[in-house]
Amino acid sequence: MDQRADAPSSEPDFALPPAEREATAVATGPGFRVAQTLNQRRWRLFKAHRRGYVSLWIFAFLFTFTLFAEFIANDRPLLISYKGEILSPVLVNYPEERFGGFLARTDYRDPFIRDEINANGWMIWPPIRYDYRAVNSAPPTPLPAAPSWMFTKQERCASLAGGVDNPDCSIWHWNWLGTDDQGRDVLARVIYGFRISILFGLVLTAASSVIGIAAGAVQGYFGGLTDLLFQRFIEIWTSIPTLYIILILSAVFTSNFFLLLGILLVFSWVSLVGVVRAEFLRARNFEYVSAARALGVGNFTIMWRHLLPNAMVATLTFLPFIMNGSITTLTSLDFLCFGLPPGSPSLGELLAQGKNNIQAPWLGISGFCVVALMLSLLIFIGEAVRDAFDPRKTFS
Amino acid sequence: MSIDSESAPLLQIKDLSVAFEQDGHKTLAVDHVSLNLHKGETLAVVGESGSGKSVTALSVVRLLPYPAASHPSGVIDFKGRDMLGLDDRQLQGVRGNEISMIFQEPMTSLNPLHRVEKQVGEILRRHRGLSERAARERTLELLHSVGIGEPEKRLGSYPHQLSGGQRQRVMIAMALANEPDLLIADEPTTALDVTVQAQILALLKEIQTRSGMAMLFITHDLGIVRKIADRVAVMTEGKVVEEGPTESVFTSPQAPYTRHLLAAEPKGSAPPPKPDAPIIVETENLKVWFPVKRGLMRRTVDHIKAVDGIDLTVRRGETLGIVGESGSGKTTLGFAILRLISSSGRIVFMGDAIDTRSWAAMRPLRSKMQIIFQDPFGSLSPRMSVADIIAEGLKIHTQLSAQERDERVIQALVEVGLDPETRMRYPHEFSGGQRQRVAIARALVLEPDFIMLDEPTSALDRSVQAQVVDLLREVQARRDLTFLFISHDLQVVRALANEVIVMRNGKIVERGHTVDIFESPKTDYTKALMAAALYHESAPEGIVAD
Repeated sequence: MDQRADAPSSEPDFALPPAEREATAVATGPGFRVAQTLNQRRWRLFKAHRRGYVSLWIFAFLFTFTLFAEFIANDRPLLISYKGEILSPVLVNYPEERFGGFLARTDYRDPFIRDEINANGWMIWPPIRYDYRAVNSAPPTPLPAAPSWMFTKQERCASLAGGVDNPDCSIWHWNWLGTDDQGRDVLARVIYGFRISILFGLVLTAASSVIGIAAGAVQGYFGGLTDLLFQRFIEIWTSIPTLYIILILSAVFTSNFFLLLGILLVFSWVSLVGVVRAEFLRARNFEYVSAARALGVGNFTIMWRHLLPNAMVATLTFLPFIMNGSITTLTSLDFLCFGLPPGSPSLGELLAQGKNNIQAPWLGISGFCVVALMLSLLIFIGEAVRDAFDPRKTFS
Repeated sequence: MSIDSESAPLLQIKDLSVAFEQDGHKTLAVDHVSLNLHKGETLAVVGESGSGKSVTALSVVRLLPYPAASHPSGVIDFKGRDMLGLDDRQLQGVRGNEISMIFQEPMTSLNPLHRVEKQVGEILRRHRGLSERAARERTLELLHSVGIGEPEKRLGSYPHQLSGGQRQRVMIAMALANEPDLLIADEPTTALDVTVQAQILALLKEIQTRSGMAMLFITHDLGIVRKIADRVAVMTEGKVVEEGPTESVFTSPQAPYTRHLLAAEPKGSAPPPKPDAPIIVETENLKVWFPVKRGLMRRTVDHIKAVDGIDLTVRRGETLGIVGESGSGKTTLGFAILRLISSSGRIVFMGDAIDTRSWAAMRPLRSKMQIIFQDPFGSLSPRMSVADIIAEGLKIHTQLSAQERDERVIQALVEVGLDPETRMRYPHEFSGGQRQRVAIARALVLEPDFIMLDEPTSALDRSVQAQVVDLLREVQARRDLTFLFISHDLQVVRALANEVIVMRNGKIVERGHTVDIFESPKTDYTKALMAAALYHESAPEGIVAD
């Protein structure tokens, strides 16, 4: 960027005639302007697209933030000092026997355990003392309960033993966005839900890109009968109704993250085939590909080294939009209860609760805001990527 | 043609500059240029690519990509109006009405979805408010005047159904539709075959005499300038270095650059044939037929005979030139000899019959036969460094270590006259001539015996062409290489080839020693080709394509 700041002063005034201009021009000399590589130009174009650039930073922040969801919203303390030992329940699952209880999974919010640990050391809690399945055992109203800031302190702690004097009646036990109909903290579920949606989207996009690019490359490069048969197969394949297959399979298997990913992948890889195939069809007759063939370079080397870089531009432009599609699919399946297994922190399930509990608008509004924010950010990033890869884009 | 130099010029470009801004940097494309053009006159602006000649012409009608382009200084006075000061509405009235343009590429300048009638008629209806019927009549008249045969039938044709020459004629008809005072022709014949080029030039000249319009003719080809222009302006690096009447510029050029440009014709006379040298390539009745399939069962009903029974022999150290118009099958022939496309008929390469070899069995031979393409921008992978591009063949055909490969790459770059220090750069950092040198280095690094050159100089500027021809000749002598030289540029062929084959429609029209073919062509077709290529003279109808 320093280079740009220097540029105007070293630039001659073109309105002057050549003879005068040479006399007044600042000496520049060779190597004054370093040739820009293609990627530098793209990155500059991307940054010039303010909305996309800001979206990328917000998205990057939210994604890194939620990757550490366990350290932000958890019903287990980060660190415990108990009888001279330093324990970290976030990372290790200590049985309750250790603290004198009997459960397999320690309930650190249980008054007995809490008092026991506090008597023999101390605990450091994350800022939100619920994870996606932790239940607020003493909600101020029947479930779903409204966000805690809507109540006075008396109302909020009314159902706790001892009322406002109970140590649990602190800001750390607030449900900032209320609870759902099972008493689980909405904020914690939204944080975990954001993470699982993005991860699911990323994995599905990456996997379907790999398969889609490979299939498109083979079709485009070899053309002819290969292409013809493959294209007909894809036409038949895409006419299979995905939703019914998922319905049938979810009746047979218990759904989980990877099964769902697998089923969706089987149908989603076709989305990139068309683009990649077209790029390969176009580029396989380029002269440098002919030149490589004349050198005796093998087919797969040509595809990898000469053709794939061309196809990557079109592919990368598509990726943010494909990812958006993947996330939307997951959310809608969750909404219809055919998605992730029950209890998973999914945004679709939150939206479904919102629909079933119109009297509790914090459910629907929270779900809507998070999904809308996530999808909008991705679309804005996608737009900026598309502009950055546009070779004809000029900024005046 | 009478030029009334007393009256005010039709178009007066005074002190015009054009700057382009990209990434916050301004570069000057046109640098204080002044030109005058009188009524009925033809002014040719010549220069190599990047000299600013097209940008100057486009400024006249303000067709540059504003606001990236700007005019730091200058006035363009057309019939008393300053074109740079007109608003969009006024410009619309001038464009296509008083000033029209024809461009280089007739395929992309015509809308592929509209019939000829609509393309031409639309201008008439928009600018002159003619009724559908009147527009049709006028369109027919125009098509007739630009020499399109059977204009009634052609009204319903789409651009892809026309040949290159016919498309350019339609473009000219569109440009003439409103009887402009000024025609700007931006390399109107560059994309056409030499024979068609000559016809189009003759047509433009004839129309100009008939209608008395002025013409601003942009070209890089000095031969065309001499044929068509009254006055010439020579441009380089955005400046006009010389301006004057055509004859005096050609006979006594003043500026050093003009002299350099005029001297840049490919020199040297054809080397004599070598009848005793061993045969490198021999073909017998070589055919490449593409089947035309029709109907439900995809039965083959006919063939497109791209190459139809060619016999040829090339001896070691010789260059065989193959000339012909586009579509004559010369490139297909070259590809068939290298077995890059399937063919029938015997091909013998250095004593081995290779026409029956499979793709895999061809592979060991690939290092001995190489290919150099026309377009140095297209033939180098844009995402590989020059060192990687040149070393690619070495990785396949040799067992060299990375360091030995690098040494070979350096040797090859030195041999083609490039600085080996530049080998880590990417192709886009090199000029056209330098890229063609990289392509030659890629072919040479494998030490081949036989190189097929497919129009290796056609995409280059004249002065660069001469350098590449010199380089090829030097390399051939040093390594005793055998060339198959495919080109439509007869001057280059004359400078390099020992023997020449003239092809048309996949068949050999005439063959012989270069000197004989050029000095005493026997067939009418060869004569027409020579006249068009060397003197830009059009042939009588029927001998060449239109």
